[in-house]
Parts: sequence; structure tokens; C-alpha cells
Amino acid sequence: MKISFTINGAAQTIDIEDTNTPLLWVVRDMLDLKGTKFGCGKSACGACTLHVDGQAIRSCSYAVKFAEGKNITTIEGLGTSEKPHPVQQAWIEEIVPQCGYCQPGFMMATAALLNENPNPTDDDIDKNIINICRCATYYRMRKAIHRAAELTNKNTNAQKL
Amino acid sequence: MVFGILFASNYVNTNVDYTSINEVDKITSNSDENFDKMMSVLTHQRCVNCHPNDNIPKQGDDSHPHYFGMSRGKGNMGYDATKCTTCHQSENNEYSGVPGASEWSLAPESMKWEGLTSIEIAKSMLDPKKNGGRTHEEVMHHLTEHELVLWAWDPGVDANGNPREKPPVSKDEYIAVVKEWFKEGAIILEE
Repeated sequence: MKISFTINGAAQTIDIEDTNTPLLWVVRDMLDLKGTKFGCGKSACGACTLHVDGQAIRSCSYAVKFAEGKNITTIEGLGTSEKPHPVQQAWIEEIVPQCGYCQPGFMMATAALLNENPNPTDDDIDKNIINICRCATYYRMRKAIHRAAELTNKNTNAQKL
Repeated sequence: MVFGILFASNYVNTNVDYTSINEVDKITSNSDENFDKMMSVLTHQRCVNCHPNDNIPKQGDDSHPHYFGMSRGKGNMGYDATKCTTCHQSENNEYSGVPGASEWSLAPESMKWEGLTSIEIAKSMLDPKKNGGRTHEEVMHHLTEHELVLWAWDPGVDANGNPREKPPVSKDEYIAVVKEWFKEGAIILEE
């Protein structure tokens, strides 16, 4: 069956037999976008987080058939090397990653949070960023999330001038 | 029982001026049985897990608090960016074991059923101040037709691939007894 969607700004149509296949495997294995990671496969760790129509989604638990007509963003489409997303910029400044495996999921979850709440408190971060990092980079991530909020607000204010 | 008989007698439509005691006994007896069957479903964890008394959804057959610190949040749908729909879609996911159904969310705060008796739940369910202003007719339709309610008979598998427990009464029998209970006047027998 054919399923069409937009991914990182480009129109895409795939042909797939099992339309319940998790979006994660379509993104990684059919579209060769390896930034989105497989962690637990049970919607628990958040390594597979990407955006569907701007909302954070656990792609290991999202049947690809639901992607029909939707706008998907993966870590590859969040920003570029030349113009990183504020979350990516903050992650670089705070030198957050250790092994790095779970970080794309964290960054996508953080970007979704800032879309909804541009000034998250520590409590907001605790409630919304529930991914798992086995290197325990949580302390640096918290700093980076606050920094990303600063950068986002700075960009927004600059655009208003 | 006396209350039930008096209550039932106001709802019985007959072509005669009176209802015999035997007839009323039969109706209340049926109603009692229907009530018990209906409540065996509505007090089952498949229903009560999403009617918490502490705003924390419950999970599994042991009704443990939802993992990851999830709570009611805004509009019964979770937090700003981590919502019910971050993981739960409109149908069960057999790959991950994450359950799903249309309009997956917590029941509104006024519908806290966890820890209540069957009678307390039934009273709450029929109280327009707590049931979203629904009439008996509307409650009956909700209980017998809403996809999220009927999900209880199609609960899918858990994260380990094991089928989730279904309510103790079949879906068809549940729908029949709920309709019959409302038809007979939605009698709640006192303890």
C-alpha cells in the first residue's frame, strides 16, 4: 500500500505491505535517516522521538499508516550545521552528549516542549522530558534546555524588531 | 429493596392502573441482576484505570500508577509536550504493546471512580453535575457505543506480548444488560 507524507520538508511516498510497521523503521530503514534511534521498542525510553505535525511522538509505537498526509520532522530536519535549531545550538554550547545515542530523542522532545512552552520551569522539564539517558547526562540537559529557551526567545525577539 | 420497589413503580409503563407486586418484584430482580453485571464491567480495571481519584492514570491488571510520572495535565490529555498521544494512538499497537483507542484520555475530574463502591459509581454516573450534563439516554449511549468504552473488549497485548484481561462479562451481554437496566428505570438499589 502507498502512504504519502512530508518528511523534513520534502514530499515522500512509500510502498509498504504492513501498514502497521512502526514509523521508526520506515524512517531508518526505508528512508535511511539514521538519527532517530531504536531504544526499547515499547514507547518507554524516548530514543525514537520525532515530530508529527509538530507534536512529539514515539515512532516505535506509531503505525506508519497514521503518517498519511502528515508533516514529519526528524533530527535531520530540525536544523542544519550552518543554522542549527536553538536546541541543537544549546546542546553544543553545554557539551551535553556523552555516548550520544539517546540525544536526538531528547532534542526532539525539547523542541516540542519549547513550541508549547517557551519558558519551561524545572518542574515543566521534569514532567515533559521523560526520556531515558543511560549516561545520565540529565544535569547538562537541564542547563541546555534552559539555554535553548533563552536562544529561542532571543530569536523571537530579534524577529519582532 | 423497599426503595427499589417504590422507585421502580414510577418507571413501569403499563396499560393498567396498577402494577402487581409480583411484576414489580420481577422487574427489580432483573434490574438487580443487570446492575450487578453492568457494574462488574464498570469496576473492572480496564475501566477504572482511566477514572483515577488522584489524577494519576493507572496501568495494567494490577492498576499500578502510570510509569514516567504521567498525570492528568491539561484537558485530561497529559502535559504540554508529553501528552497521552505521544504514545497512545487511535488503536492498539501490537508491536510495542501500547494500548490505543479513539479519544484516548483520562475521564474528566468529576468522574473519579477509583475506590468508590458500585452504588457510588452508578450514582455518580447518573448525576448530571458529574457526568458532563448527560441525560440517562445519553449515558446509556455513551456506555454502549463509545469506542473508548468498548475498547475494554479489545484491549490488545501488553509490553510483553501477553493479552490484557477483558471484563468478566462479554461485550454483547454487557450492552444488553446496560440497555435493559436503563429501560427498567436505571434503578440503583441501596446497600
